[in-house]
Amino acid sequence: MLMELAFAIEVLIAGLLSGVMYSLVALGFVLIFKASGVFNFAQGAMVLFAALTFVRILEMGVNFWLAVAIALAVMILLAIIIERVMLRPLVAQPVIILFMATIGLNYFLEGLAQGIWDSQVHGLDIGIPDVPWMSVLESTNILISLFDVWSAVICGILVLLLAFFFQKGRIGRALRAVADDNQAAMSVGIPLQLIWAIVWAAAGLVALVAGTLWGQRLGVQFSISLVALKALPVLILGGFNSIAGAIIGGLIIGATEKLAEVYLGPIIGGGIESWSAYFIAMLFLIFRPQGLFGEEIIERV
Amino acid sequence: MEAALKDKAATLLSVNNIEVVYDHVILVLKGVSLEVPEKGIVALLGANGAGKTTTLKSISNLLMAERGNITKGTIEYQGEPIQGLSANQLVKRGVIQVMEGRRCFEHLTVEENLLTGAFTRSDGASLIRQDLDLVYSYFPRLKDRRNSTSGYTSGGEQQMTAVGRALMARPKMILLDEPSMGLAPTLVEEIFEIMQQLNEKEQVTFLLAEQNTNIALRYSHYGYILENGRVVMDGEASALLDNQDVKEFYLGVSGGQKKSFRKVKHYRRRKRWLS
Ligand SMILES: Nc1ncnc2c1ncn2[C@@H]1O[C@H](COP(=O)(O)OP(=O)(O)OP(=O)(O)O)[C@@H](O)[C@H]1O
Ligand SMILES: [Mg+2]
Repeated sequence: MLMELAFAIEVLIAGLLSGVMYSLVALGFVLIFKASGVFNFAQGAMVLFAALTFVRILEMGVNFWLAVAIALAVMILLAIIIERVMLRPLVAQPVIILFMATIGLNYFLEGLAQGIWDSQVHGLDIGIPDVPWMSVLESTNILISLFDVWSAVICGILVLLLAFFFQKGRIGRALRAVADDNQAAMSVGIPLQLIWAIVWAAAGLVALVAGTLWGQRLGVQFSISLVALKALPVLILGGFNSIAGAIIGGLIIGATEKLAEVYLGPIIGGGIESWSAYFIAMLFLIFRPQGLFGEEIIERV
Repeated sequence: MEAALKDKAATLLSVNNIEVVYDHVILVLKGVSLEVPEKGIVALLGANGAGKTTTLKSISNLLMAERGNITKGTIEYQGEPIQGLSANQLVKRGVIQVMEGRRCFEHLTVEENLLTGAFTRSDGASLIRQDLDLVYSYFPRLKDRRNSTSGYTSGGEQQMTAVGRALMARPKMILLDEPSMGLAPTLVEEIFEIMQQLNEKEQVTFLLAEQNTNIALRYSHYGYILENGRVVMDGEASALLDNQDVKEFYLGVSGGQKKSFRKVKHYRRRKRWLS
């Protein structure tokens, strides 16, 4: 009995820890969606691009932190270029056109990443060991991967920093103003271009961190861009424009995914982990399409 | 006195014969010229679709976001051409627009709305704080509602928020688009009253677009009447208020059906354009 409980807790914790990563990736989507109403189809390609850039710079023998800084600078530069070349000329165009543009960007970035670098699998070791957390294992008999803990801490800190940055202060206020009414925001002198560049840079940072952590697990290769697909159910659950929704939605999806795999998997059949999140998302689409925390729609009478 | 004001004061803004085209094909302004003197209140009048909003947006450069373009003419502010400047640069130079329909950020609180108006400022938090208090002194109701979500405040409060938000940028000139829209008459009066005080005490210049001709002229120094993308008449506000045609067409005084200047006064307009 006690053993079973410990096991359940183990599964739950593992799920929550991986959920933090989903929250982070979902946050990248939410920021761009809030600022421009666009669903960024290219988020996955950005993850690949960032991770590949980072790992190749590391392989050149560059110091770890310098490589982080360079990769980050590349992502910021990319954000500025995207704003200049893609978003600015499309201002005042229907949202669907911008969405199509991000699809184009997706393939462009995938091609560019593998063109500049290559399409091999690159092992990445950022020095976090994938071993059980011994002191917890000894005292409670619950097995938690130290790697999961560290990556959740890193993602968690980043999520909180971003959430804070975009909720409070001058830039946060401007972002929310742009989200509410971008023309009115322009009229008070908020430059939309600056806000767009900032949110795309933030999405680039998210991509870099997610790609690095994911890449340590799987190796840096094309399939890490699929981490973006994990964020989709999170967004449906949490609402596309809610920062809090992205955070909590990620945790819920992470936890249910693992619990379903362990407890429903044997009954229904294996592989449930990969689609249970979508199943939950579908239920939400039916019963609560605006998501858990979708922005309330203000209608005054 | 008003006449003297216009003659003596330097011209702050001059719009010279501009043409505006939307979507590359729809010609909306067909040569509009107007002047706004320093510290003046100038009214831009006209019916629905006359081109008032388009004129204001040409000045504040919010046209771009609507796929509108100035294809002819010039706009000068403090003697310098400003067409190429972005809204952000114009706000920094002191020109800000209060858009038609108030356009508050509805999920932000009233105070957050006001603070977005200070986005372009770099003169420090304490001065911004001071101006927030100034705005609250003109609009005490906003102070009571400072922490309310703007989307749930009343129409009048939203109009006050929109004007207060513009004030937070410390503008020299406010382009005020239809502040009376959808508000009760007493509230409209209150808002125009405050505009007049801001003009006198804070030296803010106003270019005011209004359909409500009567009240706009009572609070302005000078007026332009737009019809179908052209200025068909202009003059001292008091003179316009007394003018027979204005009375008939825009103030609804002499009972007759509303006709347009275009049909009736064609000959007269031609004369004015030629002179
Ligand atoms: N974005 C746009 N695209 C195409 N046409 C437009 C656009 N905005 C305005 N127009 C047209 O330009 C003309 C002038 O519109 P404008 O909004 O400037 O008038 P207005 O005088 O402000 O009217 P109202 O009193 O109704 O606000 C109208 O015929 C309108 O249909
Ligand atoms: Mg208008």
